[in-house]
Amino acid sequence: MKAAAFDYVRADNLEHALGILDEAGSEAKLIAGGQSLVPMMAMRFARPSLLVDINRLEELKKISQDEQTVRVGACVRQRDIEFNYSLGQTVPLLKKALSWVGHSQTRNRGTIGGSLVYADPSAELPLASLVLGASMHLQSDAAGLCKVEAADFFLGPMFTAISETECLVAIDLPIWQGKRIGSAFTEVSMRKGDFAMASAACQLQTNDDGSLRRISFGVGGVNSVPTVFPQIAQRMINKPLTPEFAKEVAAEVAKECDPGSDTHVSSRFRRSLAGTLLARVMLEALEDSMLNGVSK
Amino acid sequence: MNTVSVQIIVNGTLYAKEVEPRMTLVDFLRDELGLTGTHVGCEHGVCGACSILLSDEPIRSCCIFAVQADGMAVTTVEGLALGRGQLSKIQDAFCEKHALQCGYCTPGMLIACHDLIKHTPHPSAEEVREAISSNICRCTGYQQIVDAVLYATDPKGTTHE
Amino acid sequence: MSNANFKYIGKHRRAVEHRRFVVGEGNFAADIHLRGMLHVAILASPYAHAKIKSIDVSAALAMPGVHTVITGADLFVDTDPILPGVDAPLVKRYPMAIDIARYAGEWVAAVVADTRALAEDAVELLDVEYEVLDHVIDPEDALSPNSPLIHQAHGSNIIFKRKFTWGEVDQHFSECDHEISYRVRWSRNSTVPIETFAVACNWNDSTQIMDVWASIQMPKFPDQLAKALRLDGNAVRVHFDVDVGGSYGLKRGLKHSIVVAYLARKLNRPVRFVEDRLENMRGGDMQGPDRIFDVSMGFNNDGIIQSMRMRALDDIGAYSGRSPLQLGKPVGAIIGPYRIKSVEYEAIAVMTNKTPQEAVRGFGQAPTNYAIETGVDKIARFLKLDRIELRNKNLIGKDEFPYLIPSGTSYDSGDYETVLKKALNEAPLIDLIAERDRLRQSGFLAGIGISTCLEPSGGNSSFEPLFNPKNLTTTWMDSCFIRIDLSGSITAIMGTSTSGQAHETLVSTVVGEILDRPPDDIRVLHADSLNAMPSNSPVGSRMAIMLGGAAAGAAKKLRSKLLTIAAYSLAASPETLDYHEGNFISKQDPTKKISWAELVEIAHRKFHELPPLLEPGLQEKFVWEVPTGGTLPTADGRVQMYPCHSFEAHVLLASIDPETGIVKIHKYICGHDCGVMISPDVVHGMTYGGIAHGLGAALLEKFSFSDEGQLLSGTFMDYLLPSSHEVPAITIVDHCTPSPLTEFGQKGSGEAGYLGSPAAIASAVNDALAERNISINTLPMTPDAIWTALHEYELEA
Repeated sequence: MKAAAFDYVRADNLEHALGILDEAGSEAKLIAGGQSLVPMMAMRFARPSLLVDINRLEELKKISQDEQTVRVGACVRQRDIEFNYSLGQTVPLLKKALSWVGHSQTRNRGTIGGSLVYADPSAELPLASLVLGASMHLQSDAAGLCKVEAADFFLGPMFTAISETECLVAIDLPIWQGKRIGSAFTEVSMRKGDFAMASAACQLQTNDDGSLRRISFGVGGVNSVPTVFPQIAQRMINKPLTPEFAKEVAAEVAKECDPGSDTHVSSRFRRSLAGTLLARVMLEALEDSMLNGVSK
Repeated sequence: MNTVSVQIIVNGTLYAKEVEPRMTLVDFLRDELGLTGTHVGCEHGVCGACSILLSDEPIRSCCIFAVQADGMAVTTVEGLALGRGQLSKIQDAFCEKHALQCGYCTPGMLIACHDLIKHTPHPSAEEVREAISSNICRCTGYQQIVDAVLYATDPKGTTHE
Repeated sequence: MSNANFKYIGKHRRAVEHRRFVVGEGNFAADIHLRGMLHVAILASPYAHAKIKSIDVSAALAMPGVHTVITGADLFVDTDPILPGVDAPLVKRYPMAIDIARYAGEWVAAVVADTRALAEDAVELLDVEYEVLDHVIDPEDALSPNSPLIHQAHGSNIIFKRKFTWGEVDQHFSECDHEISYRVRWSRNSTVPIETFAVACNWNDSTQIMDVWASIQMPKFPDQLAKALRLDGNAVRVHFDVDVGGSYGLKRGLKHSIVVAYLARKLNRPVRFVEDRLENMRGGDMQGPDRIFDVSMGFNNDGIIQSMRMRALDDIGAYSGRSPLQLGKPVGAIIGPYRIKSVEYEAIAVMTNKTPQEAVRGFGQAPTNYAIETGVDKIARFLKLDRIELRNKNLIGKDEFPYLIPSGTSYDSGDYETVLKKALNEAPLIDLIAERDRLRQSGFLAGIGISTCLEPSGGNSSFEPLFNPKNLTTTWMDSCFIRIDLSGSITAIMGTSTSGQAHETLVSTVVGEILDRPPDDIRVLHADSLNAMPSNSPVGSRMAIMLGGAAAGAAKKLRSKLLTIAAYSLAASPETLDYHEGNFISKQDPTKKISWAELVEIAHRKFHELPPLLEPGLQEKFVWEVPTGGTLPTADGRVQMYPCHSFEAHVLLASIDPETGIVKIHKYICGHDCGVMISPDVVHGMTYGGIAHGLGAALLEKFSFSDEGQLLSGTFMDYLLPSSHEVPAITIVDHCTPSPLTEFGQKGSGEAGYLGSPAAIASAVNDALAERNISINTLPMTPDAIWTALHEYELEA
């Protein structure tokens, strides 16, 4: 399985990369870690004429934060997020999601941007970014910098709002303020490290009395895109998250899902899994929140 | 055929070659450099037979074009021994504990295990299983590989360096 | 013979092969570089069944770097077809489709170019016009007379069908207290080696030899290759010193080799083809048994199983190699380890528009064991008897060997009850039960799995005449040649390839044992097919017996010759001399002795001191027939299948998360008896690996096809191989009932673990599901299958 022939250029800087994209359009493709793209090219499903390598651009590898937001450069490697202590404190859900992403060997090369732009419906980072309410910074030569909310970014299986001439440069992740914040991520796959049959993620915060102050959750692998449920979440505010309530919410969410079937998993099973995992992950996040009594 | 220049350090030696951009790192190692110790199993990043160390980190060399590794340092199975006739602790343990049969996944397994013990000098069986979980073996059922790494890293062992 | 009597046999020893593998110096077929070598890529049919109207190769040929393009039409003219292992001469097979493509993935054209990448580019330029035909995917549909025919000329999709009746089946059933009937489905899977098939060929006009380096594991490969190419047998030289990266039965690669050899000769250049993974999964023709078993067992209230009826329908895909014979080999252990008195066995091999099947580890025994063990568990449940107790009632007792089974095979030796007991004690069972109960209380389903299964070993051709009366092959030999050179070093030569079974280690251990010389000093080489002694390759768990026996035989001849020289030199009677580490010494007078070096001197240099009539030098060959081989089946299909019978008893604890269907194995024990183990590390290794294969078959692996006949599991993202997370820690407990038929009491063991683990894992899952009164009778038991079975029940309840 050898890739179709292509030309290769290593971008000197972001401007250089964007200039090439502007000129070449659909003929060119950006490559960072390549963990999704190279196998696709080997199978000749992807056949760019020009590969623009942005993997060494320091400007896309920065991690910074202020009080409200963490900003992660698109070319930050998954393994660097995994081992970053500070991110583990500010956006722990991201780190939890990462433990399910592929294997350590793929995380040594794969980038956060790569996973988000590839947008596999079962992928973990898209789901986590959605639950966290992330926003994506896209930049192009023609339009400059523009910001897209995660909810508007994932449009379909392997399909995002990014255009041919744009590069995802950074991801903003809001930092939840206060105490009693908990998060959890879980998925079920046939083997550990495989694409999930279904996944669920949750971040929540409780009041002093234990009722929910804030909650965000979503499921992956069961629709054409990872999905969050802000209206249902809204109705949960100030209520205690009991196991029964969690199951009730999860069942309602599962009803709204429209999974497809594939070789291994029927849609009925997928839908049930989504409900099962969501209930579990909400309770796990609740338990996590009880360990985190201190402010961030 | 368009080619690009690449310079890659492999097992301590600098190689400069002209290759097509589409040549993967594993094909570069095997066909350009004749280092056939690294093997091809799937060419889509699942089996791990092609694992090598890139800047000292294990990666799948079928999932990276050689040109992406320009200027970087690679270690392959041929570079793991301490010298001629001097196997590394892990290589020696693989032989002692029968941690291989056909030998095809072995180079990738050795890379994964070398990396493991660099970071975790005395791993548990679970940690070994996690470290080799992205390398598929069809011969051994993994048991003797786990045994080999535990044997090599047993803190009570006195027969290893 | 117990292990205590041996110096080298049965001891821990580092495999000699490992020295090269751990430093990356294996010699695999894709490592072969020949000057000027060209590369092949394949165009495969996208359709399950289609007429090939035209192939336009012009654009591909015009591409720079392309040397030639061939299609089925070329091979049809210049090569002979490959014929099936059964009597079906109108089911012809060429390496590429002739006029009709019969499965999606069938080879339609081959491009040769300077590089593999260029060849793939050129393949994209080939223009083929197809006319799509009706296809059939389901094996039961394929039986119907209205079904589309895979091979028109053959007139039916059934390539083999025969019903055997051994013993008074009807009478025994009528006399039984009870009868159960059930169906089990062994879905299509395979042992999928990490190395795909690779072959390089080089033709030489002057010597008229076709050199072949291939990743091969196949009996009579050089001869079949020569025949297909219309070359003399001594015009093909297969290099058996190529390391094979795993095969487990599959790597027959005849079609790959015919294409590459043909191209090498046509172009007068070395040519190499390395299957990529997509080509391998779809069109490598290395998929395994795909069976529907319908079984009835007749038994009494006391649990004794009297008789069995088994119908085995196997979907062999669009063409036949030896695949139908995989229904024949299990005849040799058709009753498993039980005293079942009579058997009716109907074997049907049917063709469909799917990738052809090939030999898989166990050659059909693993699916058959699964079918038998399912019945034993069902009987236990029916009678409310403990499954272990039921087995113990039916297991052939240790004093009953040799035990003749209704289908004509005699089991040589065994002690099944002890092996099972050892496995249960190792667990220990009482802890498994406690843990099972604890898991159940935590909300999981949990169950203990048991299987007790036969591992026939030693190989034989007997299923060939059994399934094809026109095939009178009864020879199934192997050999070894040993020479002691003039410096006293020992070299042994074997005549076939190795794919991880450590044959070099096996032979040097055996030769070292007989000659009492250090095995690490004994070099073992692989011959090529022109200078090799005959072999039937490592199939059927035969090499410990056959190659080990041949090595022992040659070594014994050498030792006998050394004794003759020593006795002559010392003017002593042979029986008055002791032998120790290569030296002879007189029992009565210790000053009378002769050393290894001196003996070698006499043999190689001092003809004047050599006993008369002895050949100079020290070299002996040993070629022998499989023990108990050499007979044709009776008219009612009874025959001694394999000579030796190993045995395995699996015990495991598994839990199931009822909401996700995920199975977790908590403990896994395998009791194993393969007689005397020559290389225990090697035997254990293959048993662990066999269990992992079996786990894959039981829980994860399946070649799924769409309704259009497209392979859905063509990559490793869809065909799921167990990793170190899915395969649990495994404990093996050994037992030894030596075989009376072999040199050291060894039995074969290459298929160990695989033959019993799918049955055992199914047993555990169904034990877990039993509390909900459901069972799953299809492999693989995926999370979806388990969840659906659980929730179907809830819907009904």
